[in-house]
Amino acid sequence: MGLVIDLDTCVGCHACVISCKGWNTENYGAPLSDQDAYGADPSGTFLNRVHSYEVQPAEGAAQLIHFPKSCLHCEDAPCVTVCPTGASYKRVEDGIVLVNESDCIGCGLCAWACPYGARELDAAEGVMKKCTLCVDRIYNDNLPEEDRVPACVRTCPAGARHFGDLGDPDSEVSQLVAERGGMDLMPEMGTKPVNKYLPPRPKDTVEDQIDILAPLLAPVADEPKGFLGWLDKALEKL
Amino acid sequence: MTHQQPILDTSPKVSDEVRKTTCYMCACRCGINVHMKDGKVAYIEGNRDHPVNKGVLCAKGSAGIMQVNAPSRLRAPLKRVGPRGSGEFEEISWDEALDIAVGWLKPLREDNPEKLAFFTGRDQSQSFTSFWAQNFGTCNYAAHGGFCSVNMAAGGIYTMGGAFWEFGQPDWDRTKLFMLFGVAEDHDSNPIKMGIGKIKARGARVIGVNPIRTGYNAVADDWVGITPGTDGLFILSLIHVLMKAGRIDLDYLSRYTNAPVLMNAAEGPEKGLFLRDADGKPLVIDRVTGQPTAFDKPGVRPDLTATYEMDGITHRPVFHLMAEKYLSDEYAPEAVAEECGIPASRIRAIAGELARVAFDEAFELDQEWTDFRGEKHSKMIGRPVAMHAMRGVSAHANGFQTCRALHVLQILLGTVEVPGGFRFKPPYPKPVEAHPTPHCKVTPNSPLDGPHLGFVRGPEDLALKADGSPARIDKAFTWENPMSSHGLMHMVISNAHAGDPYKIDTLFMYMANMSWNSTMNTKGVIEMLTDKDDNGDYVIPRIIYSDAYSSEMVAYADLILPDTTYLERHDCISLLDRPICEADGAADAIRWPVIEPDRDVRGFQTVLIQLANKLGLPGFTDEDGSAKYTDYADYMVNHQRKPGIGPLAGFRGADGSQVGRGDVNPNQLDRYIENGGFYLEHIPDEALFYKPWNAAYQDWAVGMGLYDSPQPYLFQLYSEPMRKFQLAAEGHGDRQPPDHLRGRITETMDPLPIWYETDQTGNEGFTVNALTQRPMAMYHSWGTQNAWLRQLHGRNPLYVPTKLMCEHGLKDGDWAKVSSPHGEITVPVMEMAALNDNTVWTWNAIGKRKGAWALQPDAPEATKGFLLNHLIHELLPPKGDGLRWANSDPITGQAAWFDLKVKIEKAEAPADAQSQPEFPSIKSPVGTGPKDLAWKVGK
Repeated sequence: MGLVIDLDTCVGCHACVISCKGWNTENYGAPLSDQDAYGADPSGTFLNRVHSYEVQPAEGAAQLIHFPKSCLHCEDAPCVTVCPTGASYKRVEDGIVLVNESDCIGCGLCAWACPYGARELDAAEGVMKKCTLCVDRIYNDNLPEEDRVPACVRTCPAGARHFGDLGDPDSEVSQLVAERGGMDLMPEMGTKPVNKYLPPRPKDTVEDQIDILAPLLAPVADEPKGFLGWLDKALEKL
Repeated sequence: MTHQQPILDTSPKVSDEVRKTTCYMCACRCGINVHMKDGKVAYIEGNRDHPVNKGVLCAKGSAGIMQVNAPSRLRAPLKRVGPRGSGEFEEISWDEALDIAVGWLKPLREDNPEKLAFFTGRDQSQSFTSFWAQNFGTCNYAAHGGFCSVNMAAGGIYTMGGAFWEFGQPDWDRTKLFMLFGVAEDHDSNPIKMGIGKIKARGARVIGVNPIRTGYNAVADDWVGITPGTDGLFILSLIHVLMKAGRIDLDYLSRYTNAPVLMNAAEGPEKGLFLRDADGKPLVIDRVTGQPTAFDKPGVRPDLTATYEMDGITHRPVFHLMAEKYLSDEYAPEAVAEECGIPASRIRAIAGELARVAFDEAFELDQEWTDFRGEKHSKMIGRPVAMHAMRGVSAHANGFQTCRALHVLQILLGTVEVPGGFRFKPPYPKPVEAHPTPHCKVTPNSPLDGPHLGFVRGPEDLALKADGSPARIDKAFTWENPMSSHGLMHMVISNAHAGDPYKIDTLFMYMANMSWNSTMNTKGVIEMLTDKDDNGDYVIPRIIYSDAYSSEMVAYADLILPDTTYLERHDCISLLDRPICEADGAADAIRWPVIEPDRDVRGFQTVLIQLANKLGLPGFTDEDGSAKYTDYADYMVNHQRKPGIGPLAGFRGADGSQVGRGDVNPNQLDRYIENGGFYLEHIPDEALFYKPWNAAYQDWAVGMGLYDSPQPYLFQLYSEPMRKFQLAAEGHGDRQPPDHLRGRITETMDPLPIWYETDQTGNEGFTVNALTQRPMAMYHSWGTQNAWLRQLHGRNPLYVPTKLMCEHGLKDGDWAKVSSPHGEITVPVMEMAALNDNTVWTWNAIGKRKGAWALQPDAPEATKGFLLNHLIHELLPPKGDGLRWANSDPITGQAAWFDLKVKIEKAEAPADAQSQPEFPSIKSPVGTGPKDLAWKVGK
């Protein structure tokens, strides 16, 4: 199971960030704490963050890409391999990478091993926190069926986040990945991430169509008087 | 697997109970599910059934849990004991607080009700607060629309009977080209994101017009990084190209707009006014008979070209004038490209794309409908182009005409109220004629003679005293800004301090941070609030303020009436007010106390009722002298604006079975709560489009109580009320403007949309445009610095385009002195490439004053944070004529925030890396927040 995140649609609103913070503060494991919450250097635990990057194409205007990032639930997850206590594990049934907090000693090796920076040590609890893919929502019989999705997916106003079975090529998420050229993040790391990103579509292309559009704009007359003559004829045809 | 996988409970209990109410983290008013554990708020998510957000929720909404536990919440009524601005207060009881307020207000009501100025900021209960003010009898009431987006609202009402956001929305499910203008990470928050998501999901195109490429403009397929304040010129150029190519919807224009209406073309007092019949109906030439005919006569086919001679006077259709004006080369793309900062080829391409989608991708819905002339149509024609704009184009002194131009562009394309285009939400469409005119007649001990705010039809409706001086403290509805339909909140303190047009006694405000980010000229306004006269008395004698949080404004009031948070109160999102309807249905909603306050605070609306009862205000008192309402919940259920019409439209009648019109239902609030906190009534299929002209819609609206009778109307491409002001300025009529305003009225109040450069007095040497935006995660959110949200946006550098960074030798983290004709600030800078190369900007309202919002004094908001407000004056620089010229749109009085021009210079980092100007700390009435948080309410 995993997420497909559409970078063409993500407006960078941080709804997913805060919904995740809310759900996971109240649910699985220790709450996500905040240090210096009202002070000089507020710093809290988040399982999902949105970064914004400027991209300057060789030609044309600069672009801004919003890039939400959380654990990618890698098939070959280095965070699991390095964990000295076995607290980090990848679930057999659905591939979700989780931390068993009662076994976590907060050594931080997993965060060091993760090439994506997707793990955060909770300063209050001293345990490693990470995206659980809302394992306590997606199978939860106490939630209506339509709500059995991660909190970030349920809340995303732009519908830029999709959840499903990426192992099933017929699933909606797999088809979306196929249609839109979904990509792995940093495939060179060999982690085989489950989550996929849909790339932004080409931008600033309206002028490229001018050959098609220009005929639409041929003047009906050169003078206002001629325009009124055209108008009269056009009205007759209505 | 070498390790035993732990056994997980994947079906934990989610909560004890879900309470459904309405969000108030911004102005969207989404439905929320508040999950409760042990009587406490455990988690907030969107309500899937709710018409506004359909389950989704933004960052602010989910962070509401940090709002109800915020350390900045006020705890009890406060009486000022130190000087104004010190923050020294003592807590008092509600009895004492109400007695103090009544002691100040009662004598005013008996002698000079206008000496109370009541302005309510980000109020969502304006139909109630205005009712209170009307019954008090003061003419000085408005909310914050004048410094927000009145240009958009009024431009829309005067042109087509509604504007964007609360008035209408794109047809998100059918549009194929969505064009967005201006700083639009704001209103309205979730519906725009949902809509863009739908458009993107089907691969349709989004064009973003904005100097700054963030947010929605970042995902736009095409970005137009326009020069601020030139949107109107760009739009008129699109109109020029489309008209010249005949790519306009002539059938639509002839049927549904005043393009064919005949207009007097002879010099004199009638020039530019419509030819009307004995019933006052505008006349058109019928192409069938060739005769002048009332616009709404069954069978009429209005002509767009024919002129008509009567008594030696030529009458020409409006469309003649439009052709003359907009076919002129002054609007050719090549003529406007440099001013707008957009290549001519791009303007043409966008016009072409608009034409291609509107006409070549037109489609039909198999839905019969009947128009107001009785003609039956077998289909609804879709033109899938939709637009949206808000503050960005509004907050300029040419914003009203720009908003008019944008609406005219949509109308020329025939995309308003058709499938795929822009659609009104009930109770809109509503033409000017269906709105009240402004009222300002004050009588001691009596209510005002009618509603304060309205839409002027001509000079006769201005709010002037017998001697021609302004009736209102904010000078709304005067020759300086005749169409100021939302008032001018940004001028109240300045005018009250100057005694111009007169002095007041008590300033009473709600949710308006007027000593900080909600005012222009922050430092000057702080001085006005604390200034004393020769007797040592404050120039503004008394200030009452209501807020839920320890905002910067609290320190400047004499009496604080602490409000509740949004989860602790009753509220009413009413069809009488600023509703939450959808294009497919009428909706309203409530808030109700899902938790009880743990402090000695009261909902502001309930406090107003308690004050009304102590003052014996007429609308709140029965004939036997007893109070009609005990609190706001009582008012929401039992108040009737007209017989059968109350604040809430759903579940009316004794058994709750009536909609819109019906008797009071004592169980109405319970029914709303059972229904998820809202009520939604769908519009019948045949009434879903062409609402201003659709007989089925008009009948449905009458049944719902939205109108008293069907009132079909024509879209006003040409605005006759504006022409009436021009005529007055030309010397016609009894009510005459002062001479110094004649020229400006003639120039700016053109009845057809125009573009003009805003007043550049004093701007010599200041050449860089400076703007603000609110981040999506904080747009329109007030109260606290939310512990979670401040981690997303706790700093606001000045974003500077690459070109200016290079020119000034700046690099990220450097400091710059930014100056305007009014003042200077020294602030940290950061480079941004995706930005108009002559524009700088920052996030608005991140900067906080030390001591406010329960933040530690070294919080970055208070050290590095800053406001551009220090650079913007509420007045234009003096012109040497001794007059006070407001920094406002000359038509509506809209605050011209975005006309700001600055220059930037590299500066040394200030001592302690403290942005400048620095203000002394104010004493916090609530202390500061806790160091660490780990907020889990369940076990």
